[in-house]
Amino acid sequence: MSEGTLYDKVWDQHKVTTLPNGQDQLFVGLHLIHEVTSPQAFGMLQERGLEVARPDLTHATVDHIVPTADQSRPYEEDAAERMMAELEENVRDAGIEFSDPTSGNQGIVHVIGPEQGITQPGKTIVCGDSHTSTHGAFGALAFGIGTSQIRDVLATQTIAMEKQKVRRIEITGELEEGVEAKDIILEIIRRLGTEGGVGYVYEYAGETIENLGMEGRMSICNMSIEGGARAGYVQPDETTYEWMQETDYFQDHSEEFDQLKPYWESIRSEADAEYDDVVEIDAGELDPVVTWGTTPGQGIGIDDPIPAPGDLPEAKQDTARRAQKHMRVEPGETMNGYDVDVAFLGSCTNARLPDLRRAARIVKGRQVADDVRAFVVPGSQRVQEAARQEGLKDVFEEAGFEWRNAGCSMCLGMNEDQLEGDEACASSSNRNFVGRQGSKDGRTVLMNPRMVAAAAINGEVSDVRDMTEVSLA
Amino acid sequence: MSSENSSGDATEDIPAVEYVSGSGVPIRGNDIDTDQIIPARFMKVVTFDGLGQFSFFDLRFDDDDEPKEHPMNEERFQDASVMVVNDNFGCGSSREHAPQALMRWGIDAFVGEGFAEIFAGNCLALGMPTVTADHESINDLQQWVEDNPDGDIDVDVAAETVIYGGNEISVSVDRAQREALVEGNWDTTALMKANEQSIQATADSLPYL
Repeated sequence: MSEGTLYDKVWDQHKVTTLPNGQDQLFVGLHLIHEVTSPQAFGMLQERGLEVARPDLTHATVDHIVPTADQSRPYEEDAAERMMAELEENVRDAGIEFSDPTSGNQGIVHVIGPEQGITQPGKTIVCGDSHTSTHGAFGALAFGIGTSQIRDVLATQTIAMEKQKVRRIEITGELEEGVEAKDIILEIIRRLGTEGGVGYVYEYAGETIENLGMEGRMSICNMSIEGGARAGYVQPDETTYEWMQETDYFQDHSEEFDQLKPYWESIRSEADAEYDDVVEIDAGELDPVVTWGTTPGQGIGIDDPIPAPGDLPEAKQDTARRAQKHMRVEPGETMNGYDVDVAFLGSCTNARLPDLRRAARIVKGRQVADDVRAFVVPGSQRVQEAARQEGLKDVFEEAGFEWRNAGCSMCLGMNEDQLEGDEACASSSNRNFVGRQGSKDGRTVLMNPRMVAAAAINGEVSDVRDMTEVSLA
Repeated sequence: MSSENSSGDATEDIPAVEYVSGSGVPIRGNDIDTDQIIPARFMKVVTFDGLGQFSFFDLRFDDDDEPKEHPMNEERFQDASVMVVNDNFGCGSSREHAPQALMRWGIDAFVGEGFAEIFAGNCLALGMPTVTADHESINDLQQWVEDNPDGDIDVDVAAETVIYGGNEISVSVDRAQREALVEGNWDTTALMKANEQSIQATADSLPYL
């Protein structure tokens, strides 16, 4: 077992006791909730006559079903309106703070926590959403939970868990222009497998990670779950502290920043920490990565040949055959030139301000290909507003992108933003599962935001390094 | 279908699940994600009731909602309560709607090569075992289920065995899962709520509260 890692320290700090079944009971520092996975949990609580134990440590937003075009109430879709109304009632009754669309603070739950400064190093953070791993970018221990566990957390502010192993993934090398954090995590999942992280928490370390801004670190931690790891984290450092200092919370509580910094420093993994596994990856060799299949582990460099299923490990062959049939690709081809019908720039993986800025530099002065519908869904209302003030909204709209309101949108097709028929989508999101984007015949190609911009302009998957970036100034 | 749950004593009203017995249904393929188990469009609900019919919907029905070839559409598997799956089953989204849907379809236990963690945790919260065995054993079991759709599979959580048609395979059950199911401690709310003083003490010790 690991020793002296951030994971060990934060776990021990939050451990209440060991339960009779051998699991540890952990205190939860922040519980984030949204409209899709929480209503049943509130229902279970009511059935048992229990109240929300710590509404002060719970924060709600609406993201999965919220329309991104017309947000006037009642929502056009009855089911969406019902879910929203249920959430409103639940948070009102329990006294839970709600970043709703009228607040200017609404957005994807994994974007707003960090924005508001409630995501902090050394906290335990849970949410009924698998991409809760995102918050690990701040050195928090953050993981997704199911609805019955949400009930547990609402009722007790604790969760029953087993401790896992820790794998340190050390990334070195300088990223080539056009290659981003997204490409690093897609490469990690390709190498270690979609199931490779089961039983592990991933610690992302090394000079490449240290040189990333918080948004890049979030993109990496976000997709830990796609590699099977329920949580991933990066050690807090000066980059983290600078972000924290600028958030509302610490603007309002500047004295707490000085009080907490020693705690944040103290949870960093020791230099002689013991890990259950260590993996090293040279990111300097990476090209932009795109997926050719229907799992996030089926990625390749933009000019690499799509593998023949027979050349893959036996356990991966069937999945690869089915994926290639679904995507209509052949071994030996590259994804460069794969026609797309839709370009989606959004999701908790890649819809933060720097993501939109980088994509805008590709888009500026160009036009979306005639037969492509392209749209930008900012990760939060704050991102949306900041991007508008910087002129990014105009850049995207002039190029022919639709500019939408914040939400999960086409990442999972729970609102009206969906693929139709067998459309192919260049997507900055995190999952290329069959049916994920709303159509069971839809085809998703995952890539970084600049690559999505390039695909939108060219009407096909293409190498963004072949396009000159334009200054936005 | 018969599911034999002996009564537990650790927590009131919560049965132990030492043992599940029933016929099987094979679902082949690695990396079957929860979006396939229950597509997101069926999650626009505020309860889990009625989700069973939407299990694996896009694999089971065509554009006109006509049934396609799929084990869960076959008459012979309609009474199945043990789902036999391959590796990394239930990966992706944390939606508890996935095991809730399968439970409502009739599944009481899973036997497979491997399960995604959140999925296995959700199953445990519903009292459904997720036991694992190697690739070859699972393949053999899937084939046997094809040939013996009415045959009983006995999943013994306590003994960590699966017995079918005169065969016995040893399976792995995560230690905490075994303890929780066998002792009837799988509903953790009451168990954890009882530790209120320790919870408060932990909260008081946190630098950020």
